[in-house]
Amino acid sequence: MVETTSGDLRLVGLTKSFEAFTAVRALDLDIPQGSFFALLGPSGCGKTTTLRMIAGLEEPTAGQILIGDKDITGTKAYQRNVNTVFQSYALFPHMTVLDNVAFGLKRRGDKNATAKAKEALDLVQLGEVGRKKPAQLSGGMQQRVALARAIVNRPDVLLLDEPLGALDLKLRRQMQIELKRIQSEVGLTFVHVTHDQEEAMTMADSIAVMNGGNLEQLGDPATLYEQPRSTFVANFLGQSNLLRASVEGEPAANGIVYVTSHGHKLEVEREHLPHGIRDIWLGVRPEKLRLGPQGGPNQLQGEVSDVSFTGVATQYLVRMPWGRELVVVQQNDGSARARVGEAVTISWAAEHGFALDASQAADAGVEEES
Amino acid sequence: MADIAGVSTGEVRKPVRRGRLVPYVLLLPGMLWLVVFFVAPMVTLFSQSLQEGTVEEGYTFTGNVSIYADALQAYWPHLLRSIGYAATATVITLLLGYPLAYFIAQKAGRWKNIVLVLVIAPFFTSFLIRTLAWRTILSDTGPVTGFAQATGLTSLLQAVGLTATDTLLASKFAVIAGLTYNFLPFMILPLYASLERLDPRLVEAASDLYASPWESFRRVTWPLSLPGVVAGTLLTFIPAAGDFINSRLLGNTQTVMIGQVIDSQFLRVLDYPLAAALSFILLILIVTLVALYVRRAGTEELV
Amino acid sequence: MRWIRSHLLAFAALAVLAYMLIPNIVVAVFSFNDPVGRYNYTWTQFSTAAWTDPCGAQGICDAVGLSLQIGITASLVATVLGTMIAFALGRYRFHGREPTNLLIFMPMATPEVVMGSSLLTLFLMMGVPAGRTAILIAHIMFCVSFVVVAVKARVATLDPRLEEAAADLGANPLQTFLRVTLPLAAPGIAAGALLAFSLSFDDYIITNFNASPSSITFPMYVWGASQRGAPVQVNVIGTIMFLLALAFVFLGQFLSRRREKAA
Repeated sequence: MVETTSGDLRLVGLTKSFEAFTAVRALDLDIPQGSFFALLGPSGCGKTTTLRMIAGLEEPTAGQILIGDKDITGTKAYQRNVNTVFQSYALFPHMTVLDNVAFGLKRRGDKNATAKAKEALDLVQLGEVGRKKPAQLSGGMQQRVALARAIVNRPDVLLLDEPLGALDLKLRRQMQIELKRIQSEVGLTFVHVTHDQEEAMTMADSIAVMNGGNLEQLGDPATLYEQPRSTFVANFLGQSNLLRASVEGEPAANGIVYVTSHGHKLEVEREHLPHGIRDIWLGVRPEKLRLGPQGGPNQLQGEVSDVSFTGVATQYLVRMPWGRELVVVQQNDGSARARVGEAVTISWAAEHGFALDASQAADAGVEEES
Repeated sequence: MADIAGVSTGEVRKPVRRGRLVPYVLLLPGMLWLVVFFVAPMVTLFSQSLQEGTVEEGYTFTGNVSIYADALQAYWPHLLRSIGYAATATVITLLLGYPLAYFIAQKAGRWKNIVLVLVIAPFFTSFLIRTLAWRTILSDTGPVTGFAQATGLTSLLQAVGLTATDTLLASKFAVIAGLTYNFLPFMILPLYASLERLDPRLVEAASDLYASPWESFRRVTWPLSLPGVVAGTLLTFIPAAGDFINSRLLGNTQTVMIGQVIDSQFLRVLDYPLAAALSFILLILIVTLVALYVRRAGTEELV
Repeated sequence: MRWIRSHLLAFAALAVLAYMLIPNIVVAVFSFNDPVGRYNYTWTQFSTAAWTDPCGAQGICDAVGLSLQIGITASLVATVLGTMIAFALGRYRFHGREPTNLLIFMPMATPEVVMGSSLLTLFLMMGVPAGRTAILIAHIMFCVSFVVVAVKARVATLDPRLEEAAADLGANPLQTFLRVTLPLAAPGIAAGALLAFSLSFDDYIITNFNASPSSITFPMYVWGASQRGAPVQVNVIGTIMFLLALAFVFLGQFLSRRREKAA
């Protein structure tokens, strides 16, 4: 009988090294009980390895894993009160759906295993397929069985390893909402691993962005998006326009700081500047850029080089005099659209700009053509 | 960060390789059995060949290497003949088996399972009984021989030297026909396994790129089925070379294969050293041929 | 004619299939023969005498019994040994993988004459008498490799994530093995056992080298019959074996298809 613990999930200095490389470097993370937490990052960033260490399927090279006050680092997978929804679902093909879902409960000697399993299947709206075998179900249904199989055990932490990857777009969107609903209904701590930043931002209460085994930034989706603290996060979540700039002098009384970029004098808010750095990347999100002057000092002239109509919005590529193209996204709200070759003015408000250390690579986190 | 459980968070913990001995424990009984009852006998076989004496008086190890020369001198025709028959039978099984294997793998659809069962079905009757049945089928007074005589097939076979008389039984022809029959399933099943994995869209792509059916076969299907061909030819040639049942039942004194010689030397003539030498020669011959063949064919995955 | 040309492959395939099955049919047909003389090669007249008295020929049923005994025992032992090896090869990393693979492959690549005769020399030197025990030992030896191949093929298809999932859900290693690994590997193990049994039951050459007059297996009986005179019962038993095996296979397929539909 596994004793139930509850409390926050804490990773302390968690490290995993293999002979050739280090997958996870001294990760420190506090995941509040009952929250929906996302581990976000590109493939190879260490998020799946971290998940497997929490599940007990991978032994850490160093560090600790705690749930509340209990150190579970040394325990084996089948001794932990942690369950996983696998990426490939890993449903037992030789057992019925009901037996699959009841598996964990039966291993613990639960007398009401079958009844609880039925409840769990109802929770994911698959009450009628209990007698079928996994091979007879569609991908989406299999995914929900995998979820039921993990949830029914009411673990301290529920781990989800990119569970929606194999589903088509519409189904994925549906399941994202479903998962959120189920999590708030059942109240378990969910740790969701994904490389899809939209998915993470949609579902999670807080996100940890990982890169190359390190934690880049931790925060709620809005903060991460509007105030990225590294070029990696700026590029990985959504898109960013980064302009080389240098800080001029000290902040004024209203909190505005002036920076020069390519001969233009621009405004940035003081709290968006990293402390003590002179050379910066000035970042602005494409949807914060407007075509046409706004009446503030943040203006740049350029020529439209590409127009993409995406239904909800129009994306423009505007070529600057110094050669780089900026991305501007404008909602199709009826206002006039620019054409290729047109000379335009781009402007934005000072509070929409963020600044990052210029020593970071400008293309960190940009999605590569695979 | 203050550590809670008393474990320093800085040290590198060595992962405990639990169950490291498990594979060796699993391997031990079976491999031991093979070492004692497969490898050791090869050693005793070799040793027996170098001994001299008789069954009654016993044997002593003399290191009489000349026995190998004697054995080769006396029986090289049989060795050559065995290799020849086996090679012929292997080629014929390949020619006959390939179409059937291809048919089952790619074209059979819902009949696939039934046809596969029918391919394996002959095994359900003892192969001795089935080979004996060939005596009935090819009997001098039977319809098959009658048909062959009427169509001039027997004269053709005589002219080519596959039969000695105008009957079909007790001839080279019958022996090779028997060998082919016996080993067809051994050729078909590996071929089937290989062809089943062939993606039919590759043949479509070849056709899209102007290849005729023959060219598609030659340049796409055949190369991709090679692992199956190699496995099938090995599984056919090796046992066929050592076979003597077909020769005994369907052949004559001119078709004696090396297997028969070894069998009679061991169990009737009781000349153990000679028999052992012949057996060992056969082993070396086959191992060499197989090694050369596999190296040329280039497939490494045998088990 | 056009129809034949476009279906050439099917015709060729079916012709070869017929070639393979004709002897079985002949065996079945001639089990109803009432031959003149000692041999059963020419059709004389229809008779069911042999069917009503399948054990009529002396020693035939003893031979079948012995073959069954040895076949079942050899199959059981070879399956256990072979399954263990297959799991070791398919699941674990260890030193000496190459030589292990080679040693397992060799019995499949050695002519039976060589294996049988070499075992004879070993037994002579060790003082093991020819007979049942020697035959059993020999059969286990050459069956192990085939079991390994059959089980290894199945083990290779097992998704390691399934065992991780079992552990994740609270099953300790033993429970995982019994409830997940073994059931999933079962078809391969069954195939290996069946293969071992049929190889053992049908073996003549290796058995002959290690048999004594008191240990006549069924293939040996048939061989003797081919020299001395084949009673029709041989055909009867051969046909019974064929029909039983065929029924067995079709039953298995029928059951598995029913199980799929029921769920």
